[in-house]
Order: sequence, then structure tokens, then C-alpha cells
Amino acid sequence: MPAVTTEADTSAVDAPAGAPAVRIAHVHKSFGRPGARTHVLDDITLDVAPGEFVTLLGASGCGKSTLLNLVAGLDRPSAGTIEVAGGRPALMFQEHALFPWLTAGRNIELALRLAGVPRPERRAEAERLLELVRLGGSYGKRVHELSGGMRQRVAMARALAQGSKVLLMDEPFAALDAITRDVLHDEITRIWAERQLSVLFVTHNVREAVRLAQRVVLLSSRPGRVARQWLIDLPQPRRIESSGVADLSIEITEELRGEIRRHVQH
Amino acid sequence: MSSTDTAPARTGGDSADVGAGLDALDAVSAQRSSLGEVLRTKALPPLIGVVVVLALWQGAYSLHLTSSYKLPSPLDVWHSLQDLWYQGTLFSIIWTSVWRGLSGFLLAVAIGTPIGLVVARVRPVRTAIGPVLQGLQSLPSVAWVPAAVIWLGINDSMMYAVILLGAVPSIANGLVAGIDQVPPLFLRAGRTIGATGLAGARHVLIPAALPGYLAGLKQGWAFSWRSLMAAELVASSPDLGRGLGRFLEDQREFSDMSGVLLGIILILFVGIAIELLVFTPIERRVLRNRGLLAATR
Repeated sequence: MPAVTTEADTSAVDAPAGAPAVRIAHVHKSFGRPGARTHVLDDITLDVAPGEFVTLLGASGCGKSTLLNLVAGLDRPSAGTIEVAGGRPALMFQEHALFPWLTAGRNIELALRLAGVPRPERRAEAERLLELVRLGGSYGKRVHELSGGMRQRVAMARALAQGSKVLLMDEPFAALDAITRDVLHDEITRIWAERQLSVLFVTHNVREAVRLAQRVVLLSSRPGRVARQWLIDLPQPRRIESSGVADLSIEITEELRGEIRRHVQH
Repeated sequence: MSSTDTAPARTGGDSADVGAGLDALDAVSAQRSSLGEVLRTKALPPLIGVVVVLALWQGAYSLHLTSSYKLPSPLDVWHSLQDLWYQGTLFSIIWTSVWRGLSGFLLAVAIGTPIGLVVARVRPVRTAIGPVLQGLQSLPSVAWVPAAVIWLGINDSMMYAVILLGAVPSIANGLVAGIDQVPPLFLRAGRTIGATGLAGARHVLIPAALPGYLAGLKQGWAFSWRSLMAAELVASSPDLGRGLGRFLEDQREFSDMSGVLLGIILILFVGIAIELLVFTPIERRVLRNRGLLAATR
């Protein structure tokens, strides 16, 4: 038996008490002209509690990246409301999106500057954030001198530099090799715990979702709806190859395949 | 509940070591080539090129392919250069043109940059004057000379007008192309860290568009220089300082072919020198900082 609590009920998974870090209430999103509209998201209601790590899982077309863009404030929902505690959340992309004309340290300092950190404190804070992602001494490195994994860690430090307790991650490790991804899973787990972040993490990789999350939310495709949620109480840090992660991954994968199969019948 | 979980939890230190190991494996060691190597690979080929051209020239002269008043020898041209040097006018001729060219170019930058920004970012303006701006690039600037002479007379303003009409479109177009090529991801990343509006332009848009802008500036200089030479060739007036284009035309009037060749070589030399001394170092620095020049490191 898998060593986890699963909740088959789609509606009632109890989040930890307190005001949520992210509150997504009855959010709809559609694109296109009236008459020929594509519904991407359909009545999504989802809270992320302070300090909670939630992964959003789904096949392509489920609108998980769209949802993350809405939470990040890069786009507006067609209906419904989204509240994020503490203002603009930090966002990490699949690509590192670091600015190649700045050094690693300067990239972080730009985020600090735009977040209103006074100039004399920026350098030390940037060094501290680089230490946090285990890249102390890389302040003066150019982006192209860093490996893929190091770039994502600088991107993580830049995201943290915004000072938000809410971190949104859009498949941030999808382009990395398996060993590097494994290391970064450990890093994000450690930093999440150390900094008491609230994380909303989008992925299509079931094992990654189970490896990282306290709660996995499965979205159905076209339109995206919350299909099912799982609470995961395996102890951290987990290993992606452990039997606990594997067992639950098999169960969730079955569910995901079922969601995808539904589209064949129409 | 987690009693059946057989894989042992990994300690933080283990993972950190793996991470540090990966970083060490990924570390790129930049190798700088020695001075001798740089001279051999960078300076030698163009030098050989010049020697070959001189040899072919001398060969054509020695074989009397055409009469020597049409094709003087390299040595004749060298003597013309010496004459100019002893008359003491060599540098004043070069400087007159270089000063006009550079100040006209800077003026073109000051005018072309805001035009480029507006065309790139304001949709209706782009639709209205974007195609015209692009078309102007293919209009030889010498075509403006007669118009400029009638509007402004034969004086320095007319020279500057021709330079501007030649250089402003390519500078503006370079900036437009640079802005168009900025990856949308940079703009999104900028917005998420709070770089919106003016801050976004200053910290993200302009630095991201810099390589395209620099390419436009380089082309703008080439156009400035060409336009100026065309203007100096056509416009003759004792009030005007004597630049390279005027020198060239004077030698033609004296039917002094070695002087004409000297003029052509000097115009070419100044154009290349400014590009190599001013634009190439800036462009290489920008590209190297962004890792876009790795192959030539």
C-alpha cells in the first residue's frame, strides 16, 4: 500500500488553517472573439496555504501555465478572483530568463533594486542569496559561463530577491538533465523549508510532482478543471526513486491517463 | 503511515556534494590565446591580402596593360602621399572630412535614436513611416545632393543635411530591428520582477536591443561617410574646407591619376580605421559579455 493519504473527493481537501497565501476563487479564462471562444480554465477554485508546497499537474492543454500567468498578474482572468498575500509573487520559468548583459550578481541586484532595496544593501543581499543557492563566489560570472543547473539556481535567487513569500514555478526544471534536476529538487525543498515559502509548482512530470509537493492537484484538459487532489505526507527530503514516490506516481499517472483518454471518445 | 517507504531519506550534505561536483564538471575554463597566436591568426591574413593586391597592381603596371597615366605604379601613389605630407596638407584634408563625418554621425545618432524608439513602440507611427524609413535606406544619398544644394546652398549645412539623410534611416532601422528581436521572455521576466514602463525600457528593453542598435550604428557610420564623400565630390566652393572628397575631385581635374588613387585609398583607409578603432571594440565587448562571441575567444 502506498504510504500516503489520498483524497478522492475533488472538493474537500482541507488546507492548513490561516489566511491563504494564494486564493484562486471560481476563475474562468477563455481566449478568442465572442462566438468563437476557447475555454481554457473552467471554475478553478484553489488555495495555497502559507508555507504550503502545491504542485499543479496536467497534460498539455490543461491551462496550468495560463493559471500560473493569472496568479503572477501577467494576464487577467475572464471571471473569478485571485488574491496573493503580500502583493506581486515571484515567478520562475522553464527558461532561466536571466539577462545576459548582466552578471549573475547584477541580475539579482536588479530584482532587489526594483523591489526597493536601498543601494548599499544590495550587494551583500545578492551575495547572501547566491550563498543560499550554493553559488557563493559566482557574483561576477556571466550567464553564459554558468551551466543549465547553475542558471536555474541564479534564477531562483533572483526570484527570491523580489522578497515575496509566494513563489510560482512554471516547469522550472523541465529542460535539465535528470541528475541536475534531482539536485535541484533537493535544493528547492531545502530553500522552501528554510524560507517558509508558499510554492505553486506547475509540471507535467508526475514523479516530480510527488517528489516535491505536500499536495498534488490534477487538472483535467480542455477546459482545465480541478480533477482530483492528493495530500502527500511522505517525509522530506524524499528521493524520486523511492518506493513511496513510485507507488503514488503510478496511481496518479493512471488518473492522468484516464483524463487524457476522455478526449478520444468525443 | 510511511513505514513501507524503503528508500532512506537522503541527507542534505550528500545532495550538496553532488551539486558541487556537477558545478565543477560544468565549469568552463576560458582560454586566452597568446599574442603570437593572435598576430598569426588575426593580423597575418589581411596583411597577405594587401601584399597580394599590391603585387597584382605592380604586375599590371610592369606588363604595361594600359598607359601609365591611367594606371600609375604603387610607388607613384606613394610619392603622391609623400608630396601631400611635405606640403603639410595631408592631415588637414583628412581631419576636415573626419570631423564633418563624425559630428554629422553623432547628430544622426541623436536624431535617429528617438525616431527608432517611437517607430518600434508606437504601432500607428510604425505603419505610417516604417516602410518609408526602410525604403530610404536603399536611396543612394548622393541623390540628395542636388536638392540639398538648392535648399541650403554650397556650405557646411548642406554637407550635414546629406549625412543626416543618409545615416538617420539606417540608425533608426537598426534600433527598430534590435527592439523587434528582443525575446518576449526577457520582457515577461522583466515584468515579473517589476520592470514596467520607463524602468522596463531602461533596465530590459534598451539593453536587450543593444546588439541590433550597435549594428545599426555601424551601418550608420558607413552611410555617413559615403554620403559625405558624395557631397564633397559634388559641392565645390572656396568657402568650404578641403576634405578628402574635394581632394579626389581636384586631382581628377588635374588629370593626376596617382593622386586620384591616393584619394580613393585614403577614403577607404579612414572608413575602415574608424570602424576598427571605434565600432569593432564596442561591438566585441557587448557580444563577448553576452556569450555571443564564444567561438573567437
